[in-house]
Amino acid sequence: MKHSRIVITGIGLTAPNGNSLAEFRKNLLNGVSGVTTIDVRYMGRHPAGMCTFDPLKYQKKKDVRIGTRVGGISIYCAREAVADSGLNLETRDKSRIGIYLGITEHGNVETENEVFNISQFKYDTKFWTHHHNPRTVANNPSGEVSLNLGITGPAYTIGAACAAGNMGLIHAAQMLRLGEVDLALAGGVSESPQTFGIFAGFKSQNALASHEDPKKASRPFDQARNGIVIAEGGCIYTIERLEDAQARGAKIYGEIAGYHVNSDATDYVLPNPERQAQCVRKAIANAGMTVEDIDLVNTHATSTPQGDIQECLAIAEVFKSRSTPPHINNTKSFIGHTMGAAGALELAGNLPSFDDLMIHPTINVDTLDPQCDIPGLVINHPVTAKRVCSILNNSFGMLGINSTLIIKRFAA
Amino acid sequence: MTKDNCKKLVIDIISDIAPDEDLSAIKPEIRLRDQLQLDSMDFLDIVMELRKRHGIEVPEADYGQLASLESCAEYLTPKFGTAKA
Repeated sequence: MKHSRIVITGIGLTAPNGNSLAEFRKNLLNGVSGVTTIDVRYMGRHPAGMCTFDPLKYQKKKDVRIGTRVGGISIYCAREAVADSGLNLETRDKSRIGIYLGITEHGNVETENEVFNISQFKYDTKFWTHHHNPRTVANNPSGEVSLNLGITGPAYTIGAACAAGNMGLIHAAQMLRLGEVDLALAGGVSESPQTFGIFAGFKSQNALASHEDPKKASRPFDQARNGIVIAEGGCIYTIERLEDAQARGAKIYGEIAGYHVNSDATDYVLPNPERQAQCVRKAIANAGMTVEDIDLVNTHATSTPQGDIQECLAIAEVFKSRSTPPHINNTKSFIGHTMGAAGALELAGNLPSFDDLMIHPTINVDTLDPQCDIPGLVINHPVTAKRVCSILNNSFGMLGINSTLIIKRFAA
Repeated sequence: MTKDNCKKLVIDIISDIAPDEDLSAIKPEIRLRDQLQLDSMDFLDIVMELRKRHGIEVPEADYGQLASLESCAEYLTPKFGTAKA
């Protein structure tokens, strides 16, 4: 079966260190962290990655009040992506547009807020809001985009823990190839810092980052790393079949070359480097490539003591035959872990490498952990590559879900 | 509680429920839905805010009493005197 070629034609994003691709990229190359500290309900101040986009750019105040934070993030990213793509949705058949957004979780924020709300009224449930159910259904982020843009095609989320950002793009490619839609708005989104439960859960797991300087709290591969910085964010792409993109003279950021998704089936939280390596290898094969063809690997590493080592083991194993290793970097060191948005957002930060050949580093590595010292790691300062024709993007999640997505430089 | 004070409290609630609306020229006798962008969910919000802020219960059978600012004042003003807050 011959697959349609699938390309990226527009990008909209909000990250803790940038509200557009240009701003995000500039800060990644200049070593600018977006991590700050916030008050977490019941828990005091903790490092977190928070976005500063203007929700009222594309929503009315009432829509912001009724909707969710992640709905607002999704609308901002979707609108920015459409504007960037040059598409005029008003001339399109909106029933042929799909909205596929990866989420790590959804509903925690809104449920916690309501439980807190009724705690102010002696837990009398007559004070529980009627907005609770539309806010907490799992399709909420995509549904809010559908409402905002008047898109009547399929709009739903893909729950895949922290592998979800890649999954949005993968699912979009599959639906475009099946002919289910003609255009997809796809990526990943997260509002996780609004929920104390995720902070408390990671704290109880001894996996929540702490540091006197929040900008140094997320430090994958560093000897002193001590956990995850929870962050919000979003990144949504316009994805099209190549022939459609070319027919309208679209700008093409890159082509989806291949992907793979698998499961560890070994533990609720601990990663499995053997399955991760298998996921990477199968994605490379799916792209019709060999390990020699991969120029840049963006790691999932979340700054946990164990997880970073496991991923380094997997990457070292896959690329051990290379005489010159691919460049390897990490984005969470700048923005924390944006959960469902991570895969999509981290990919976006690297796509400009196709044009400028610059590789942004992983920052905050004061003392490289010897167990993370793998060939090709770009540490603290950007480097210029001789060639960037392919980017391999890893995103892994709890319950052992792994996703690898490979984007290649577009060549007609 | 006077009817005018009651109207002010209702407008305070509506300003939070419908923050994009200009409430400076609301006509008291005209149905709120005919002059503002309010839907059924917004009316449930108004009912909830009356409950939260003022301890006033509006049974579903009486929702029609909240149709206009004038009817709100007529219906709610006596309740302010008896609310448990």
